[in-house]
Amino acid sequence: MIELTTPISEEQIRALKVGDSVAISGVVYTGRDAVHKYLHEGGELPEGVNLEGSIIYHCGPVVVKDDAGEWKVTAAGPTTSIREEPYQADIMKKFGVRGVIGKGGMGPKTLGGCAENGGVYLHAIGGAAQVLAEHIAQVHNVYFLEEFGSPEAIWELEVDQFPAVVTMDSHGRSLHAEVAEASQTVLEQNL
Amino acid sequence: MEPLFESLIEIIRRTSAEIPDDVQRGILAALENEKQDTIAKNAMEIIERNIGLAKEKSQPLCQDTGSVLFYVDCPVGYDQMEFADTARAAVTEATKRGFLRQNSVDSLTGKNDGTNIGPGSPTFHFHQTREANVTVRLVLKGGGCENVGAQYSLPNIKLNANRDLDGCRKVILDAVQQAQGKGCGPGILGVCIGGDRATGYELSKTQFLRNLDDENENAELAALETDIHNTANKLGIGPMGFGGNTTLLGVKIRAANRVPASYFVSVSYMCWAFRRHGAKLDGAGEITEWIY
Repeated sequence: MIELTTPISEEQIRALKVGDSVAISGVVYTGRDAVHKYLHEGGELPEGVNLEGSIIYHCGPVVVKDDAGEWKVTAAGPTTSIREEPYQADIMKKFGVRGVIGKGGMGPKTLGGCAENGGVYLHAIGGAAQVLAEHIAQVHNVYFLEEFGSPEAIWELEVDQFPAVVTMDSHGRSLHAEVAEASQTVLEQNL
Repeated sequence: MEPLFESLIEIIRRTSAEIPDDVQRGILAALENEKQDTIAKNAMEIIERNIGLAKEKSQPLCQDTGSVLFYVDCPVGYDQMEFADTARAAVTEATKRGFLRQNSVDSLTGKNDGTNIGPGSPTFHFHQTREANVTVRLVLKGGGCENVGAQYSLPNIKLNANRDLDGCRKVILDAVQQAQGKGCGPGILGVCIGGDRATGYELSKTQFLRNLDDENENAELAALETDIHNTANKLGIGPMGFGGNTTLLGVKIRAANRVPASYFVSVSYMCWAFRRHGAKLDGAGEITEWIY
């Protein structure tokens, strides 16, 4: 298990390879469809959000206010990442994002961006909302809650030993592309 | 509050937090079936832990609590409109309690008012029965797996799929190949051969109401289900698409009549976090028996 704490350096990212299991700690920001489209269209980051060396988590958590009025994440697994394929590489480059946590993998544009700028794709276990919520220590803040609604807002989360697997690295390898190619070959043999 | 309201909240809570026994058995078998020290095995271990944790904490198994689909069998004369009103109130309350995410968005304005109520949300399928009591089944279907569903119109030149069961087999396996891990596999397929574009998809989803270990009454379809299940698991897509031995936990297929000009095969994909429960209710709306 490789420990990663945000902010993460390019050197740390370049050392990661497909198949590595990682445990992520520090601040990460959720961001999904609405946020990616907004930023890609030239929208500005809200004050207080710093993505330099950070990680974007493709996640629309279930968040409730507890009795003391504090936000509490009660379910927080990853959402499907491929929807951000048109935007991801550009956003990572523009804001200095070093990693993306999601599920299902991404395509060639993001893979190329990871190689060019030093980034990785980190696959969390889809649907494992309770196990992953246990690794969210605190909600620091929320942005765009009114504009985009709770699942689409930017939640600033403090994570502790959040488990993920590197499935796309900065050296041009994608586990997703490899599995898809291998399974296509087997499929053709079985038709 | 009236018993029906409370019963529906309990059905929603249980569906969101507790995986049905038949699915859990499939997941445990898949866990056993993955090689030690692989990321696929590790994924299945996290999935198993997640199932236990969600039940223990009575919190959503997956944060995407999905489309809320009610299937209601009711006797002649039952007031369906009153049921729907009560169910909408129960959905709103269950959302407040955190059993459902604020998950319903106005498609034109992009607004999410946080209630999970709106046009088409939740969805109701009412069926009349000759039985005296009401049976409610609920499926919460997440967006990730819904997005990898596929509908094919046969013949399909690219896949060399003709209007026969072999053609059906080819397109169903293509759907599995295209889905890879994006639908949160290991998944379950619900398939309808025939129907029109709307009923094909609708009937493919009703296959998720079947028990995972039941046997299709139609011998040809039973054989096709087994064949696709076994072939899919040879593909090596595995849990989450990480590579591995279990790509599917099950395949359920039905057929419906079609018009001569059309031959649709509609494939719905259900993620491993298969949320489906159901209960029989007495005349007052109290739960008398759980189904799954």
